[in-house]
Amino acid sequence: MSNKPWHAIFTPTIGKSIRYAAKMLKHGGSAFPGKIVEQIDAGFLARTLSALPYGVVLVSGTNGKTTTTRMVASMFESLGLRVFTNPTGSNFTRGVVSALLQEVTLSGVLHADIAVLELDEAYAVHFVKQIKPRYTLLLNVMRDQLDRFGEIDNTAKLLKTVAENTTDTIILNREDPRISAISNTIPEQVHVSYFGLDPQIASKFPTDDTLHDRQMHKQHVQTSVPKHDADVELVSFAEHSGTFRINGEEVSTSLRINGMYNIFNAAAAAATIRAVLRENPPSTQELLQALSNVTPAFGRGEVIEVNGQPVELLLVKNPIGFSLALQSFPPDNTSTMIAIGDEYADGRDMSWLWDVDFTSLHDGVRMVTGARAWDMTLRLAYDQVPVVATNTNIEEALHEFLVNGENKPKHIFCTYTTMLHIRALLSQYAHVEDVGVGK
Amino acid sequence: MSSNNQNLAKPVIHIMSLYPKDMNIYGDYGNVQTIIRRCEMFGYDPIVHEYNQGDEWPEQIDMVLGGGGQDTGQKKILEDLHEKAQKLQQLADDDVPMLMICGLYQLFGEYFDTIDGDRLEGIGIFNAHTVGNKQRIIGNIVTNSKEFGRIIGYENHSGQTFLHSETDALGFVDNPLYGNNPQDTTEGARYKHVIGTYLHGSLLPKNPNIADYLIKNAAMHRYGSYEPTIDEQLSQQYDEIIKNARNIAMSRPR
Repeated sequence: MSNKPWHAIFTPTIGKSIRYAAKMLKHGGSAFPGKIVEQIDAGFLARTLSALPYGVVLVSGTNGKTTTTRMVASMFESLGLRVFTNPTGSNFTRGVVSALLQEVTLSGVLHADIAVLELDEAYAVHFVKQIKPRYTLLLNVMRDQLDRFGEIDNTAKLLKTVAENTTDTIILNREDPRISAISNTIPEQVHVSYFGLDPQIASKFPTDDTLHDRQMHKQHVQTSVPKHDADVELVSFAEHSGTFRINGEEVSTSLRINGMYNIFNAAAAAATIRAVLRENPPSTQELLQALSNVTPAFGRGEVIEVNGQPVELLLVKNPIGFSLALQSFPPDNTSTMIAIGDEYADGRDMSWLWDVDFTSLHDGVRMVTGARAWDMTLRLAYDQVPVVATNTNIEEALHEFLVNGENKPKHIFCTYTTMLHIRALLSQYAHVEDVGVGK
Repeated sequence: MSSNNQNLAKPVIHIMSLYPKDMNIYGDYGNVQTIIRRCEMFGYDPIVHEYNQGDEWPEQIDMVLGGGGQDTGQKKILEDLHEKAQKLQQLADDDVPMLMICGLYQLFGEYFDTIDGDRLEGIGIFNAHTVGNKQRIIGNIVTNSKEFGRIIGYENHSGQTFLHSETDALGFVDNPLYGNNPQDTTEGARYKHVIGTYLHGSLLPKNPNIADYLIKNAAMHRYGSYEPTIDEQLSQQYDEIIKNARNIAMSRPR
């Protein structure tokens, strides 16, 4: 292989050593060893992953990547496959290399059958230049971090490039017009599979284009008949359960995950499993069993018990994600805190807060925190939502909310960096699972 | 979307939201929401007319608010915008206040040469033109304006706008790389009571004096005078929050 340098056989050793050293030195970034290896042996990733019998499943889109990747990986594991996946929060190419270094043997062999990788839209394009994924699952395109990607149509273009570089099957969200349109341009030999929503419930799930109509209090009703058959359709959902139409058959299951949005992504995960195991598909029973076992990803509806009350951490990154989180986790009989940061990973521009309708919180928000707490407080004030306290200091705010607050179940809506911060602080109040994410 | 009717009928202000369906890229709804709340605070009854291409043109218009759009959004509304160009020019000449952000700001100029080599003809309310560029101008920005003081916002645009000599800027930026273009320190444009700017964030929530300027001139347009009855308690509550939000925004990195 021309891209294999003479010292390639040492790459795992070197990479693992750096990884070990980085850990010892408490170098926070989980992507750091990956950065070094990328520089000394650029072909490492491609060589290692191309040896996997089922190849690579790439998961991308704006909302729900982490939860869906976790679902797909967990379901494959339940079905008996050995899965390599990138840990939460490091969804860039280097994060993948770093994760790989942990798993490979010193001779460079990865003992796995399949890789399930979450990649953000821009990095997915870099990734497919090195490795053509066999399968690609595309969830949605929504306005998120436009300061990085420019405009939403550009984001769609990035995902189109990823789809065009996929060799076997792309799995598309039929209900997102920018995603389903990708089917028009992919090479002929590539299969397309869809997941979708029963038309009866489609109106509950806004796309980016319908968001603003909803906001102006208009009824959005989808009347058109779907253009493609979906392999897996979400028919209805309730608290911790979902009914799916799989290959024409309607089946229900209880779920450990919750939230309508996560349950829709369960349909995406099921469609992906069926596409990958096309030759030898699991029975619907096996599939549902695998699905019902999936637990929420950290900070994505994760529940942590504090003083006998559940505290639900809800990651919100963009207007639709926030709108759906508010809809999926209504404020009845709960105490609400909102934490808004503006680091690079959160998005620096606060405009997005103005695209969310907060009127469902009319009974009040107990605490607003994060660097941009005052932007959030202003947003709530203009939606006539009472705010009990605003404190930009997250540590103080969390203490006030948990210790001096109401004795009720709690919701904390948080952006990415505030979620990491709050999660770290929560360990002072309760047991929090260590997921090994660099901050 | 009118406010709740309390005892006596309050004086009405008609606000047109221009192309909210296609020109809404990022938080432009925040500008509409701010106008609604502050109109109420000043004792006016805001009525918002959403106008999208093909809709019936509202009979009463005292203020026009327009947002940003993607290149595709701009192309979708362009034909209709040209059909309505005369009406908009007339409103502008009649001293109707308008706020045009980003994409519509560009189309209120003379033309926009996009990065793809297309020329989108504007409606020429501003004597200015825009040229598409590979490099986007992105980040937190503070603009200094004689009329409005420090204007705080966030810019994100690939088009670079150049004002022709007779056109006033909305304000000036300290760093010449920011604003309309990376050359001349100008940001935004003015024509009578029409304001064009690249700033969102959204613009009006953290820049209430621009919102209040638009409301005042909308009232002047309808009634010939501006006689607000201010809800002082609400005004103080908003002021306190806005002051904090502004101070923090100015302290954040680009």
